[in-house]
Amino acid sequence: MNQESIGEKLLATFGEETIEETVLFQDQVSVTVSAEAIVAVCRFLKEDSELAFDFLSFVGGVDRYPATPRFELIYQLYSLKHNHRFRVKARVDESEENPASIDSVVEVWPTANWHERETAEMFGITFNNHPDPRKLLLPEHWTAHPLRKDFPLEGTDEDTPDLPREQG
Amino acid sequence: MPDGAAKEERRVETLEVNIGPHHPSTHGVFRAVVELDGEIVTDVVPHLGYLHRGYEKTCENKHYHNVIPLAERCDYMAASGNSVAYCLAVERLAGIEVPERAQTVRVIMAELSRIFSHLFWLGTHAHDVGAMTPLFYCLREREEIMNMFELTAGGRLMPNYVRIGGLARDLEDGFLERIRAFTETFDRRVDDYEALLTKNPIYIDRTKGIGILPTEDAVALGASGPVIRGSGVAWDIRKSEPYSGYDKYDFDIAVEDGCDVYSRYLVRIREMRESNRILRQAVDTIEETPIRAVKHSLVFPPQHEIYDKTASLIHHFMLVVEGMKIAPGEIYHAIESPRGEMGVYIVSDGGPQPYRLKWRGPAFVNLEALALMSRGAFLSDFIAILSSVDIVLAEVDR
Amino acid sequence: MGVDRPLTDTVYVTDLERMINWARKSSMWPLGFGLACCALEMIATFVSRYDLSRFGMEVARPSPRQADLMIVAGTASKKMLPAILRIYEQMAEPRWVIAMGACACTGGIYKNYAVIQGIDRHLPVDVYIPGCPPRPESLLEGILQLHAKVMKEPSFRNPRKTRIKAAP
Repeated sequence: MNQESIGEKLLATFGEETIEETVLFQDQVSVTVSAEAIVAVCRFLKEDSELAFDFLSFVGGVDRYPATPRFELIYQLYSLKHNHRFRVKARVDESEENPASIDSVVEVWPTANWHERETAEMFGITFNNHPDPRKLLLPEHWTAHPLRKDFPLEGTDEDTPDLPREQG
Repeated sequence: MPDGAAKEERRVETLEVNIGPHHPSTHGVFRAVVELDGEIVTDVVPHLGYLHRGYEKTCENKHYHNVIPLAERCDYMAASGNSVAYCLAVERLAGIEVPERAQTVRVIMAELSRIFSHLFWLGTHAHDVGAMTPLFYCLREREEIMNMFELTAGGRLMPNYVRIGGLARDLEDGFLERIRAFTETFDRRVDDYEALLTKNPIYIDRTKGIGILPTEDAVALGASGPVIRGSGVAWDIRKSEPYSGYDKYDFDIAVEDGCDVYSRYLVRIREMRESNRILRQAVDTIEETPIRAVKHSLVFPPQHEIYDKTASLIHHFMLVVEGMKIAPGEIYHAIESPRGEMGVYIVSDGGPQPYRLKWRGPAFVNLEALALMSRGAFLSDFIAILSSVDIVLAEVDR
Repeated sequence: MGVDRPLTDTVYVTDLERMINWARKSSMWPLGFGLACCALEMIATFVSRYDLSRFGMEVARPSPRQADLMIVAGTASKKMLPAILRIYEQMAEPRWVIAMGACACTGGIYKNYAVIQGIDRHLPVDVYIPGCPPRPESLLEGILQLHAKVMKEPSFRNPRKTRIKAAP
């Protein structure tokens, strides 16, 4: 199936409230869905026999600061059976009372486990129902989220010290 | 002491052993905390991040062209293949068409990198399993390949030869003859390596039936490359989504059904032979076209024109100082690296620097399957399983 | 007591310090601390083409207790630093450090939050070898310069103490 018909099928199944935006750029379609429906959309994409997206390439994040909603999560999919690719995006915002959070898709694709752990520590997004929400790549004693746009490239002495404070 | 006195209660507990980050068999700075019941592994918890170098944030602060050396160091075993992946993604994002000669030379560099990476894997994997001899022979082949990399742009390991829109410079005289000579002897060399290992009963005992990764789990865990092809799935991006002219060449996908360490070994040996086939075809069918696209706002003009033509000089100057400005958009492009699906996801906001650059490293995703493959194996088998995944820490940690 | 007969070729006269230094430099066992890409060029130096065993150094011990020379080949990330320091402390004196490659010397092309900008911030480095990665010939030249440095050390009169540097 070509990418536009996949987009149309999604729109027909879920309606315009869930499917917020469809963009075609250089033969690749990205569909933005509402963050609450992400697990339902992903499950449909995997289990529908015409689509059969059984392979999740990666889950990533983009910080759109200062635009709102601030974060965009990318789910890049591939179907081994039909040899087609697709991209699903979801936007989440954060505020003082509500830190950014979205449901985890580990129950649909187990490979999302490590991708979501990395996105969580790099951006500060919480993945609800994640089986193992620990840090993956960054040192334990850091609390900063480096891939945010307002975090300086070279880090700071308080947030990203060479050694943990107790070692001096 | 009367016999009826209460004996001390026996306690049985598992032992946690820390492997790494400094260890001769972890192929880099990788740490695994292994839970053992006697000699049997009951669980493996990998700890990553010991080579986290902040790739994605660094790339957001560099011009598109300046990312190419960073791209090469992201997977240092197949450096040229990586720069090809990045340049293909940027060219797709910007809509640049690469001339055929550059495409063929990129295929040559990518396949040489594949052989390069698999040779090192073979040497270190055999070393981990106990066979020390293949390492020295594999590294001897690699020296010949490094001589050829040096002929392109001067670097042995990181030639930095690929540019956005084509190549840095044309091939040296004698380069194609050297590759032809290499392809003629390489098949016999692979026969030598196979003679040492493939039917060796010790090697078969150590690798057959070890580290089983069932097919459904391989797909669910996102494995790609030789790991998934060793589990029976015939998926190779060079065949399913051809790039850079791969559809012109005749080669087979190496697939095995065993799902174990031995199958992954057989897959990689066959891949080396298929790469040799592609190299021979590429060298015989190389075209005579320019080596870089002509698109003044995005691609550097050829070096000699900068000294002759004012317009080229101005374009070069603007590209260096201001960088190439690509229209806003996003792209995901994946290639078949020696480890699997190497993907580059770029978001452009119209400026000279990528707004977001995400590397989908295949070794990172393949490593997730390690715990599943190792449960129930001996500790020494764990080392064999880890080496069969073929990790490169730069890709895992980025 | 003078020497009243000509000495034959089987007797050499020297001072104790020079002999100690000669013994140390002729059989300096490296702790191959290959962290990243430079490790590949270090391994290439060990095998047949560039052959490090002509200098008595092919015995690369993975255990720091048995090694004399720590070749830090590759990028030292901040998460790895406690491990590097611990391994350095476990090496028995006399011990030397070579910083191989741009990343170990000054941080290389990674001027960001995650990389230590040169391990000489924490370890006493004896020889710096620039390059990205340095050619095996460069590594051999650096090792030979270290040998020359060892020959000039006052190892008997004033044995040197090598310690981790205090945190900045």
